[in-house]
Amino acid sequence: MSSSTQDLESLVGQKYRHGFVTDIEADTVAPGLNEDVIAFISRKKGEPQFMLDWRLKAFRHWQTMREPHWAHVAYPPIDYQAISYYSAPKQNANAPKSLDEVDPKLLETYDKLGIPLHERARLAGVAVDAVFDSVSVATTFKDRLAKAGVIFCSFSEAVQTHPELIERYLGTVVPITDNYFAALNSAVFTDGSFVYVPRGVRCPMELSTYFRINAANTGQFERTLIVAAEGAHVSYLEGCTAPKRDENQLHAAVVELVALDDAYIKYSTVQNWYPGDENGLGGIYNFVTKRGECRGARSHISWTQVETGSAITWKYPSCVLLGDHSVGEFYSVAVTNHRQQADTGTKMIHVGRNTKSSIVAKGISAGHAQSSYRGMVSVLPGAEGARNFTQCDSLLMGGNCGAHTFPYVEVRNPRATVEHEATTSRIGEDQLFYLRARGIGAEDAVNMIVSGFCKAVFKELPMEFAVEAQNLLAVSLEGAVG
Amino acid sequence: MSDTAIPPTVTPLLEVAGLHARIKGREVLKGLNLRVARGEVHAIMGPNGSGKSTLSQVLAGRPEYEVTAGTVRYEDTDLLGLAPEDRARRGFFLGFQYPVEIPGVNNVYLLKAALNAKRKAGGLQELDAFDFLNLVRDKMRVMKMDESFLSRAVNEGFSGGEKKRNEILQMLVLEPTLAVLDETDSGLDIDALKVVSDGVNTLRSAGRSIVLVTHYQRLLEHIVPDYVHVLAGGRIIKTGDRSLALELERRGYDWVLEEAAA
Repeated sequence: MSSSTQDLESLVGQKYRHGFVTDIEADTVAPGLNEDVIAFISRKKGEPQFMLDWRLKAFRHWQTMREPHWAHVAYPPIDYQAISYYSAPKQNANAPKSLDEVDPKLLETYDKLGIPLHERARLAGVAVDAVFDSVSVATTFKDRLAKAGVIFCSFSEAVQTHPELIERYLGTVVPITDNYFAALNSAVFTDGSFVYVPRGVRCPMELSTYFRINAANTGQFERTLIVAAEGAHVSYLEGCTAPKRDENQLHAAVVELVALDDAYIKYSTVQNWYPGDENGLGGIYNFVTKRGECRGARSHISWTQVETGSAITWKYPSCVLLGDHSVGEFYSVAVTNHRQQADTGTKMIHVGRNTKSSIVAKGISAGHAQSSYRGMVSVLPGAEGARNFTQCDSLLMGGNCGAHTFPYVEVRNPRATVEHEATTSRIGEDQLFYLRARGIGAEDAVNMIVSGFCKAVFKELPMEFAVEAQNLLAVSLEGAVG
Repeated sequence: MSDTAIPPTVTPLLEVAGLHARIKGREVLKGLNLRVARGEVHAIMGPNGSGKSTLSQVLAGRPEYEVTAGTVRYEDTDLLGLAPEDRARRGFFLGFQYPVEIPGVNNVYLLKAALNAKRKAGGLQELDAFDFLNLVRDKMRVMKMDESFLSRAVNEGFSGGEKKRNEILQMLVLEPTLAVLDETDSGLDIDALKVVSDGVNTLRSAGRSIVLVTHYQRLLEHIVPDYVHVLAGGRIIKTGDRSLALELERRGYDWVLEEAAA
């Protein structure tokens, strides 16, 4: 038995393909966090006063908070004064007006990542906002989107061009007091994406933001805000990578979604931050707050995430179902290998009548990784007729990893229906042998089994990215065949 | 089928000599010998725990089984030196006693991947989707299987009979040179047994050999073997023809064991 277990473990060695560093001159603020640094960031961005006031309020509140430690993850203390809170490629001091003015080194970086920003090579049907360390370097297809009335730009730009929308919606889903990392993000966030889809508009293309951490000793704190007005429809995807470094880097993002009456937002993530090496050295701490509010009646928010990267993931994309008949969905695949730790799941808060939520979470652990599903389903007294279905499945590869499930269910309305199903299975030596006995190589067999396990989630991804996700999974679990 | 023209060769397709194998430290095969020539059908019978399934698994290359002595020649190669997938690509097929469920993976996907892996290894072009589907549909008719079956996940939620049918369908698609069918008849009702046997019989040819591992002689009424072996205590202790199976059914195994001990 042991020999075949080793075979399996050698199959899941991981190679990280995005670990290169772009050698580019950067404007980086000295490490440390105080009100001057926050004022510096706000000044750099040329923000209106309300933004600076908001940031300082968040910072002052953050100072009264303590880092949370309830998650099933372990890491040495983070020194928040040792992190640099702003880093931008130098050329960007005067923001480029068009792609021709973008540093070719940056364009090359995104090419290498498979995200071409050049006009001729663009991903068909997908508009991309590319965020490099603290700033957005380019957004594609802006004109075409503008024709449809859709606003898609970097957060910094939106603060300049649509301050009224920012002031109206920022922090209304994830308030500055929400949690430690959200408060920190509110104080120091540097860029991210903003999307506004007006009433009745169906966004004509997929929107996507590609986040890249490049500079050392910096944190990445991005902020994304998506608002879908009455009857609007939008599908958005984010991707993330970072260079290989021996130090851990902090990534604390906040994403807020607002769906008004009959609006639909589909938010997909393919998260591939550097996971650290096989001994757990380096890697990104991915401490992220994502929440969507189904504010209007019959609104619908769907989260899909494929999490393969990061040393530690702490993330619970959630839905607050305020509007009657609103729908929240969460589909997740979390892959952990080597020494990675993931504590991820969702919260579905049923407030409105006849609200509906479904949760499908798939965790895959290999090596010495620890993977936890943590999910809350809360039905408030007024949520007459609310329904939830939860399914969470864990797949273990080899004997040294762990999978854990922490479901919290609170039902305060007697006419709600809540269902929970959970399974844990070891990747079958049986399954592997069965496929090999049919002529399928060991590595392909593992990929086939894992893809099959994740199928229910993959089919929720936008078509353009389903293939990418499947490939990413194969890379994450790739290794020499014994 | 083109290979029916190949005349049986003098050297056997499979030659197992002095095979010893153990699982979890317990020796199960204790010097097993078996020769199977091209075109022959052999049946291996024997009491529970005699090593029948171990033999099947060792031939297919299951990693948990450790071969401690002996050799297995298949065609011109040392079968034991090949990875399980390479054995399959060279035309070895094991019909599993307990076919495995693989959730989320469609039957059609597995069949295509398996067939193309074998074709690729043999220097043939991969079949395109159209030719492949035509081929599979032909084989499914033989096995009296419904089209909807292709989009179901491999063996998931299949009845025992469906699983066995699926094994034979895979065999028909892959057209192996040597097929070992491990208790393919167990758990089948009369009708299913007939369909499965018909499927196996369509594959019989002068260039191809079949080893049936079974408890019951009723399978041998449908697939008539050239040789019947009794496997007991990890060795083949008696070999005969079809009539041996009938005698075993009538008299049990004790007399063979006694004869062998004498």
